[in-house]
Amino acid sequence: MTTTGSNTETTTGGDAGTPAGTGAVRRSRRQGSTHDDGAPTTGTPGTGPGRGSRRVTGRRIAGWAAGLAGVLLLVLLPLLNLSLPGILPGPSYTPGSLQLLAMSMLMAAAALTYHLLLGVAGLLSFGHALYFGAGVYGLAIILKNLEIPLLPAMGLTLLIVIVLAHVVGSISLRVGGIPFAMVTLAFAQAGSVIVGRNPDGRTGGDEGLTLRTDNLPEALVGVVNTRNLYWLALAVLVVVFVIVAWVQSSRAGHTAAAVRENELRVRVLGLQPYLVKLLIFVVSAMLVGVIGMVFLLLQSGAVPRAISSDLTITLLVMVVLGGVGSRWGAVIGGVFYTILDQRLTALANSEAVKGLPDILRVPLSEPLFILGTLFILVVLFLPGGIAGTAERLAQRRRGRAGSGTTETPREILKDAA
Amino acid sequence: MSTVILLLFTGLGLGALYFLVAAGLSLIYGLMGVLNFAHGAFLTLGAFTGWEIARRAGSDNWGIFLVSLLIGAAAGAAFAAFTEFVLIRRLYQRHIEQVLVTLGLSLATVALFDGIWGTDPVFIQGPAWFKDTTDILGARVPNDRFVCILAAVVVLLALVFFLKKTRYGMIIRAGVENRSMVTALGIDVRKAFTLVFTIGGAAAGLGGVLASHYFGYVSPMLGGSLLIFAFIVTVIGGLGSLTGAAIAAVAVAVLQQFANFYLGGTGDFVVVLALGVVLLVRPTGLLGRTA
Repeated sequence: MTTTGSNTETTTGGDAGTPAGTGAVRRSRRQGSTHDDGAPTTGTPGTGPGRGSRRVTGRRIAGWAAGLAGVLLLVLLPLLNLSLPGILPGPSYTPGSLQLLAMSMLMAAAALTYHLLLGVAGLLSFGHALYFGAGVYGLAIILKNLEIPLLPAMGLTLLIVIVLAHVVGSISLRVGGIPFAMVTLAFAQAGSVIVGRNPDGRTGGDEGLTLRTDNLPEALVGVVNTRNLYWLALAVLVVVFVIVAWVQSSRAGHTAAAVRENELRVRVLGLQPYLVKLLIFVVSAMLVGVIGMVFLLLQSGAVPRAISSDLTITLLVMVVLGGVGSRWGAVIGGVFYTILDQRLTALANSEAVKGLPDILRVPLSEPLFILGTLFILVVLFLPGGIAGTAERLAQRRRGRAGSGTTETPREILKDAA
Repeated sequence: MSTVILLLFTGLGLGALYFLVAAGLSLIYGLMGVLNFAHGAFLTLGAFTGWEIARRAGSDNWGIFLVSLLIGAAAGAAFAAFTEFVLIRRLYQRHIEQVLVTLGLSLATVALFDGIWGTDPVFIQGPAWFKDTTDILGARVPNDRFVCILAAVVVLLALVFFLKKTRYGMIIRAGVENRSMVTALGIDVRKAFTLVFTIGGAAAGLGGVLASHYFGYVSPMLGGSLLIFAFIVTVIGGLGSLTGAAIAAVAVAVLQQFANFYLGGTGDFVVVLALGVVLLVRPTGLLGRTA
């Protein structure tokens, strides 16, 4: 595919006689040299870096516009009758499809908050599910025991999540790298154990809790209203995306990225890495707490899985599959993983798999086995995940050697260690 | 008094299991900087191997129990060596990716064990002596505790002997201390990596067989649930320190048992609290090197 691309371009450029390969190489060298010479010698605005940044801005605007168009399409989806056999269980307006799509959007949003931790601040947390679960269980318990409407209940839950994130974050950020991962894991495990122990019958233990709908608005209850929940999930995804983008481009976001690169240097500059990391940690926990609350409404119940370390690992897998350090990657990874998981479960229960001999049937009937193997393969052979690979392919087609400014996922992961 | 003794020995038995997992984790982390999430899978594989042997060859027999210990450890070791050789080695010095690979491996293997042996726990029988109790100062302590403690002590002594007295042990200790210096001296430190992984896997496999007798069952989740406490033990003990892991394993398990009994089942919570306190007071753990 890439060869054809460069071939047509070279043909239009007039080098019809040369083989495709050399054409591409020469062109990339030519372009490279303009960049090299342009900036330092002439130094005039508009030739070297200026043009590049304008092109980047143009691309960014194009990216946001494409995102907007995609969101519009998603907003209209429940009103359309689209069938995507193999991806969705039914036509797009049916509750089953909307439920799956809403779930994948919530997971994409949760993956985005994890991206804020790992991709921006370089914090490998294994305890992210604690705040998601705090949102899920906090709201479920408050709605069950207090007679207050949904919004105040959500506000109260959010307050709990914020306090929890401050306490856990301030302790676990005393260590960095791999020890940080272990400590956050331990705290999340404590949360998961508490939920499993079912103190005073409040969390429901292994059974989980069903959502009490007495104080909920009518529009959010019942299978008939799945599309309202779908729109709510979409809104959550969009808002989380915008907030994450805003945090990333804020001063705190830049400082966090700098801390990831070189903490000592940031400290020498007189900034406080600890506070910046804590800020990112708390913001990310808040966002995922809100996502957890919407998850509760969508699932109309709290299950222990929502607070288990499995969920954190799922988010991590989504971010890595999509591409570490890329916002779109996190979204794509979240959607891809959720839909693939659902489809693989359907495959596992299908007659075709049941009829296979044991050696094929056992692995194929375990979705997590396939996803885990896929994950290993991506880590080994596709650093940068889906987004990174797409970017590389696009760059190769444009004939540039590398973007130079953005950090590769591999470097981000190296910094995080 | 008898309750205290019983709790103490139960805690020591559990601590022995924690130590068997944490020893490998701590050595692997100390030498290679790898947080090995697949360690629980080594343990579960060892446990299932031991169970298969007991099921096929008869369970009420000391000889077969010893064989199942050996083969369980061998299964864990083989799996660990395979992991290091095929997955970890390709990602040399890229710590987070190594973590991710072991994470993917643990996901995939737990799912595979689910597929092969089912998600429900399978119950296991050992020699009849295990179910008997021994009277110590009025406390009736189940005998399987002693087996776990004995095995852990043997493993600890063997590891200490290996690390202090043999050439490879010295290379490993030097590698934990300063890996680049060892490499600069012309020693192929990668052989030590495989070795450490194999030893850790063997200890975990052994721990798996013992854990299946301690808890009375095997399930695919067995490794994962022990692994989390082993992580806590390694952090409290100080990453890379074997003695630290041993002390922390006993302390954590005994604390857990006592809190479970006297503070209304809050053992797990108290352990995490202890972790928080240790990190606040000594971020490097009890015997960790100052970073």
